[in-house]
Amino acid sequence: MAETLLDIRGLKTWFKTDDGMVRAVDGVDLHIDRGETVGVVGESGCGKTVTARSVLKLIDMPPGRFEAGQILWQGRDLIPLDQDEMNKIRAREIAIVFQEPMTSLNPVYTVGDQIAEVIALHQKLNRKQAMDGAAEMLRLVNIPNAQRRVHDYPHQFSGGMRQRVMIAMALSCQPKLLIADEPTTALDVTIQAQILELMQEMKERFGMAILLITHAMGVVAETCQRVTVMYAGKVVEEAPVKALFGDPRHPYTQGLIRSIPRVDRAARHKERLEAIPGTVPSLLEPPPGCRFAARCRYVSEICVRDMPPLKEVGPGHYVRCVL
Amino acid sequence: MPGLTPASLSAEAPPAAAAAPVETRRKARFSPWHESWRRFRRHKLAVASGVVLLLIVAAIIIGPLLWRLPINEIDFTAKLQGPSWAHPLGTDDLGQDVLARLLYGGRISLAVGLAAMLVAITVGVLVGALAGMSSGHLDAVLMWLADLFLSLPQLPLLLLLIYLFRDALKTAFGPEGGVFVLIVVVIGGLRWMPAARLVRAQFLSLREKEFVEAARALGASKPRQVIRHILPNALGPVIVAGTIDVAAAIIAESTLSFLGLGFPPDIPTWGRLLADAKDYLDIAPHWALAAGAAIFLTVLSINFIGDGLRDALDPRSVI
Amino acid sequence: MSRQYLIRRLLLVIPAMLGISVVLFTVLALAPGDPFEELASNPAVPPEVRAALRASFGLDDPVYLRYLHWLAAMLQGDWGFSFVSRMNVDTLILQRLPTTLIVIGSAQILAILVALPVGVLAATRPYSLFDQIANTLAFVGFSLPTFFTGLLLILVFSVQLDWLPFVYRADINATGWRFYWEHIRQSIMPVTVLGLFQGASLVRYVRSSVLDVIRLDYVTTARSKGIGERKVITKHVVRNALIPVVTLVALQMPIVFGGAIVTEQIFRVPGIGSLLISAMLANDTPVVMAVTFVIATLVILCNLIADFIYAWLDPRIAFR
Repeated sequence: MAETLLDIRGLKTWFKTDDGMVRAVDGVDLHIDRGETVGVVGESGCGKTVTARSVLKLIDMPPGRFEAGQILWQGRDLIPLDQDEMNKIRAREIAIVFQEPMTSLNPVYTVGDQIAEVIALHQKLNRKQAMDGAAEMLRLVNIPNAQRRVHDYPHQFSGGMRQRVMIAMALSCQPKLLIADEPTTALDVTIQAQILELMQEMKERFGMAILLITHAMGVVAETCQRVTVMYAGKVVEEAPVKALFGDPRHPYTQGLIRSIPRVDRAARHKERLEAIPGTVPSLLEPPPGCRFAARCRYVSEICVRDMPPLKEVGPGHYVRCVL
Repeated sequence: MPGLTPASLSAEAPPAAAAAPVETRRKARFSPWHESWRRFRRHKLAVASGVVLLLIVAAIIIGPLLWRLPINEIDFTAKLQGPSWAHPLGTDDLGQDVLARLLYGGRISLAVGLAAMLVAITVGVLVGALAGMSSGHLDAVLMWLADLFLSLPQLPLLLLLIYLFRDALKTAFGPEGGVFVLIVVVIGGLRWMPAARLVRAQFLSLREKEFVEAARALGASKPRQVIRHILPNALGPVIVAGTIDVAAAIIAESTLSFLGLGFPPDIPTWGRLLADAKDYLDIAPHWALAAGAAIFLTVLSINFIGDGLRDALDPRSVI
Repeated sequence: MSRQYLIRRLLLVIPAMLGISVVLFTVLALAPGDPFEELASNPAVPPEVRAALRASFGLDDPVYLRYLHWLAAMLQGDWGFSFVSRMNVDTLILQRLPTTLIVIGSAQILAILVALPVGVLAATRPYSLFDQIANTLAFVGFSLPTFFTGLLLILVFSVQLDWLPFVYRADINATGWRFYWEHIRQSIMPVTVLGLFQGASLVRYVRSSVLDVIRLDYVTTARSKGIGERKVITKHVVRNALIPVVTLVALQMPIVFGGAIVTEQIFRVPGIGSLLISAMLANDTPVVMAVTFVIATLVILCNLIADFIYAWLDPRIAFR
């Protein structure tokens, strides 16, 4: 019986702006079991990054607020916790890696300093021990000359190497869950593969779960066991990876899969690359019905009127659609 | 707003379609200037300062027409009196009415402020445009010059130039005119650097942009490109810089007059009033306070307005 | 910070000094009339001194030669003779320079001590009451001309309350603690005037810079590591926020010297600022030129120091 580590129930993270309330995450359910890799896909603006940051409560709270829902970490709701209690969970239980390695490291401190900071914070070690630990982490993520490079500054590393440093930093306290928010989007394709491989290696070594946020379906197919598809702040489909790619039920998911460029198929069948027409609706005052209605090729009157509920269409396979 | 694929063109589309036209209609009314004015209005202090400044300017321009006491009527029987109905701001050590002198001095301060700002902005825009349009050498030389000027200590240099050139200009333009020209040219001439940098930055960023290329392709000559396409974008930050220049010029002129090295002593500029008043601080503080308050309120309101303008016209700038 | 950077930066001082010397000399050369006509008509000036001055300034030589002579004289410390004070100009200046440096230095320290915490606090609580008050006070601070602030302080603390003396006396006949205490007492007002003026604009710079840094990605990273907010601010934000502030403070140094001149006048502090003014009022040209030169040099030195601090704060700079 898989142990559920993270259980997000009905999360609503909204933002107060001059033009009104932006409902970035509007009722999202998500769960991750120990050792799983779960992917969250969707296009820009669908709320996946906000969901990821909500887990560690890294949202700026004056404009943002938790309108509703729970974030259960090993049964304990994180939302009512204050900053001191959250700080015990950050990095030690749940760690996060961000999208932009070029700007995610502090330019005025050495990478060793920044990694050692985390180590020293959560384990009672002195400075030398923490720095040794930092060097060890760098070695672990395959940075050559780790002992020397521990004293280098972030600007002396390339993009891919900086992402490795971020991963090393995130894993230094051996968290149970790693949230990776588009970890490879800002990197070259060849480096992307290396980073994904590294994450896989780390996952096996530490037995941790990964919540992988991405908009690249190909990455999801390769690395995840389960996938959640988000659109305009809501979950529209959730399934084990084989089921999602084999039998996508939501028109949006189908569109996403169809829009993956397939050089082999194009060469054989001379197909046009399909894009989903239209753009994401405004999250300010979302329409009452299904949010994909305006772009859906199968739209009907019910879709526009009522929000369809998530229904189970197969083992572990849920869809928010009337079809 | 979202386009609709041919397959779903049906009667159910109206709610989404109806939402779109309303939004576009609302957006069309907000031209860039309207937006800027809206942003400016949100700064209550800036708006209040605008009102205050308008009152001050009105007082200075119309005041002397209504308040007809002469500025240099010496009356030793009325000397160093506190505020009264006859003399709302009291009298000075020669019995002259402080209010009248204050109003007169205000005209000079404002004139100096505006003129110096015009000099600074004109020189700055020209230099900046020149630097931005040329490449390599001229640009490098001009920027080196700007750096040099930036490290010159302004007040000492101002004092030095006035010290050396005051007599010559007096013979050329008369005592007041000479000092006016000198002060305006020097103050303005030491403040062109920020405007130059702003304009140059605009040029550098826009030079390669598409619409300039398009204008060039259509045969627009270089000056036309410059005037119609590039300069207007630099307008916002330059206006903000100009506002600050006015305030700085007023302070510079007041400082000079206070030190006794500005306008001739009989001209009641605000700085001069303070210089005269400082020896009577214990028995007639109202005199110094009136003069100082005039400078302070004018400069303060200009600074607040400048701040509001900065947010309105150039919301991404740092300071 | 690499040695290369240090040397390179030091070398840059030379063209800056040359530039300023050219500007000053040009101003002097363009000045109409003979700036030494005072000397010619002043009976107190011995003819040998007059001749020596004309020679050292090479007033009859072609322009570039005059410039070189003048520059050489300046660099050697031969700044001429002040007939007003009857001593060599360099002695005169060196006598009064320390006072100015102490006043300016103390004012800067005061400004930083006040502006840094206030600016950081205001930025971490943007648009709060504290922030709005701090912002408004900052505006008031740099809209008040230094001479007015000085007069106000004199009015309140010397005239009304009689707590502080407003005339600076370099010769205080007291010993031990009392000596220092009297010195401090008479320095409080000038230092406060200058310091508050500086501090006002510094508060706005610090606040603005912190606001910019606080929303950068690496600050979120720091929070995600479980570091408390206070440490995030003091360790990760402040050091990065100070970097542009250092540059801005350096750019302000010319204005600070201007403020110092005014402050010395009001409180009659015997520094080089008041020396400049009295020299101008007495038409003592060699002193005027020398003091201007010294002040300009000091500004360049301050820029140099600022660049070093900048490189120390930001490791990316030194690697270029």
